[in-house]
Amino acid sequence: MASAAAATATASGEPPSLPTLLLIRRVDASFAAALRERFSVLDFFASGEPLPAFLAAAGVAPDPPRAAIVMGGGPVRVDAAFLDAVPSLRCIVSTAAGVDHIDLHECARRGVAVANSGRVYSADVADHAVGLLIDVLRRVSAAERFVRRGLWPVQGDYPLGSKLGGKRVGIIGLGNIGSLIAKRLEAFGCVISYNSRKSKDSVSYRYIPNVYDLASESDVLVVACALNKETRHIVNKDVLEALGKDGVIINIGRGANIDEVELIRALKEGRIAGAGLDVFENESEVPTELFSMDNVVMTPHVAVCTSESRSDLRDHTIGNLEAFFSGKPLLTPVLL
Amino acid sequence: MASSAAATASGEPPAILFFRRPGAPFNAALRQRFRVLDFLASGEPLPVFLAAAAAAAPDPPRAAVVMGGGAARVDAAFLDALPSLRCLVSTAAGVDHIDLAECARRGVVVANSGTVYSADVADHAVGLLIDVLRCVSAAERFVRRGLWPLQGDFPLGSKLAGRRVGIIGLGNIGSLIAKRLEAFGCIIHYNSRRQKGSVSYKYFPNVHDLASESDVLVVACALNKETQHIVNKDVLEALGKEGIIINISRGANIDEGELVRALNEGRIAGAGLDVFENEPAVPAELLSMNNVVLTPHSAVFTLESRSDLCDQMIGNLEAFLSGKPLLTPVLP
Repeated sequence: MASAAAATATASGEPPSLPTLLLIRRVDASFAAALRERFSVLDFFASGEPLPAFLAAAGVAPDPPRAAIVMGGGPVRVDAAFLDAVPSLRCIVSTAAGVDHIDLHECARRGVAVANSGRVYSADVADHAVGLLIDVLRRVSAAERFVRRGLWPVQGDYPLGSKLGGKRVGIIGLGNIGSLIAKRLEAFGCVISYNSRKSKDSVSYRYIPNVYDLASESDVLVVACALNKETRHIVNKDVLEALGKDGVIINIGRGANIDEVELIRALKEGRIAGAGLDVFENESEVPTELFSMDNVVMTPHVAVCTSESRSDLRDHTIGNLEAFFSGKPLLTPVLL
Repeated sequence: MASSAAATASGEPPAILFFRRPGAPFNAALRQRFRVLDFLASGEPLPVFLAAAAAAAPDPPRAAVVMGGGAARVDAAFLDALPSLRCLVSTAAGVDHIDLAECARRGVVVANSGTVYSADVADHAVGLLIDVLRCVSAAERFVRRGLWPLQGDFPLGSKLAGRRVGIIGLGNIGSLIAKRLEAFGCIIHYNSRRQKGSVSYKYFPNVHDLASESDVLVVACALNKETQHIVNKDVLEALGKEGIIINISRGANIDEGELVRALNEGRIAGAGLDVFENEPAVPAELLSMNNVVLTPHSAVFTLESRSDLCDQMIGNLEAFLSGKPLLTPVLP
């Protein structure tokens, strides 16, 4: 039902019109329906137009949009040009936890509020990270391929994997997701250390001030940090060297958190032992060298993808928009 | 180095019967301490091998290392053929290949692997569960076939938190599985021979009721007469079309024919299976299903726990041979 505070009544006494919303994300039917009940939706992907033309048209519409839903990690960047094209925008809602596609400084400069998906995905991403870790260490998908190819009767046992208990796991970024990963891995007997911008007094895990040292004292490195200027290629050649030939890396952050070229070289040359990757520098492109590696597990950016969190995301996004349109504080604002 | 307490009167290391696939690393560790009579390496039929062992000089074997689910069943005929045998060490937690009643009758003591790899099995069970719910291996196949750029998004998986997990058998392994899944926000239910006062999980006196109140059924019980096909057609019906089943126990705990039918007909949603009724044969219908995850009985070992197993097996043998209590006895 449309929020009464958000509707604008017209002078002729017609039913109040719904506030205009820019939609720059593909959404499923139920999300689309929920949005159309509440907003007058300008849908970029449905328009079929190039983005600049679409934004320009939106910018000069009779009731231009004050809010936009923008997908995370996609080709669309909310930058100065974007904001110049639609000066009516006062609120950007990202459907990702990550906001690396949004120029936060530009938004702040113009007083444009930004919201993200908060904790909606956090448990699912953490679960997937642990799933990738178990898969790499215990060779689940590789053993699966072995069985499906009919090799079990022919070649006998599949090579042994490695125990989780006692493994030193270094988490880069102990935010919502990193903390949930840590809690899960503790139940398996892993030993948790972390690197974060600041150490967190509320946790008992060991804080290591730089990623290189974290890597040298870890058997498994988990990338769970946001992508920004400081964290781009935070896992670089040096960090991979420090992780070492028995080390494993798991990435559920952003592809660009790791120097992908160096990672592939390190895997090819056996300088690290394996990797579990849900994100890549140039999705949906996955470097083909990885396809022949049995010690790598690759998933197509699905850490966030459960039907439950899709519906949670829909509710949460609408929650942020309704808060904005009724002049209330955003549910999950992103501050600089 | 042979334990001096275990040396025979002849001064030679004691003879140990060995029933395990050749090439196993603990073969080497055993040979350092004992004279190993290796059944599979002999290439002989079992009765011939046992008769030769009974006549082995200078002394016939008093102990045997027997692989789980493997080459030999230790039954009355086996024990008759080798009356010198007083101790059996199973390399598995499971002892379904050993007739415990016959052993007890004859005063033959039995040891198993204790809890040496319980954590590994539990870890693998959780890995299978996450894989089935979150489609990890299926998503992997999608990527490796180059379908991501072509087909775009992969179908959605299912959240773990809030899922009711029904564990059949809350022993060492079942308890470790429960502890891990609690960290993901799963709700634990269980069935066991007897309710356990020390846990807060909800107990179900029968597996059918457990299945009807579970989203995921995990088979973590021993295989014996009572638990053969404990997951049968009724239990699969009770689990229902959104339910999934994980098996890290023995293939025969599940009626495999019924399971395959239920999967084929969409009467359950998916399965994660590390064990099968007739290993290494896997029902062909499963090989083309995207909602099953199949591993080749690899839950059992990791490099680390295999070496722990080796130490423990030798520990059990040396305890027996020096007249001390077994480290991990199995009581009938």
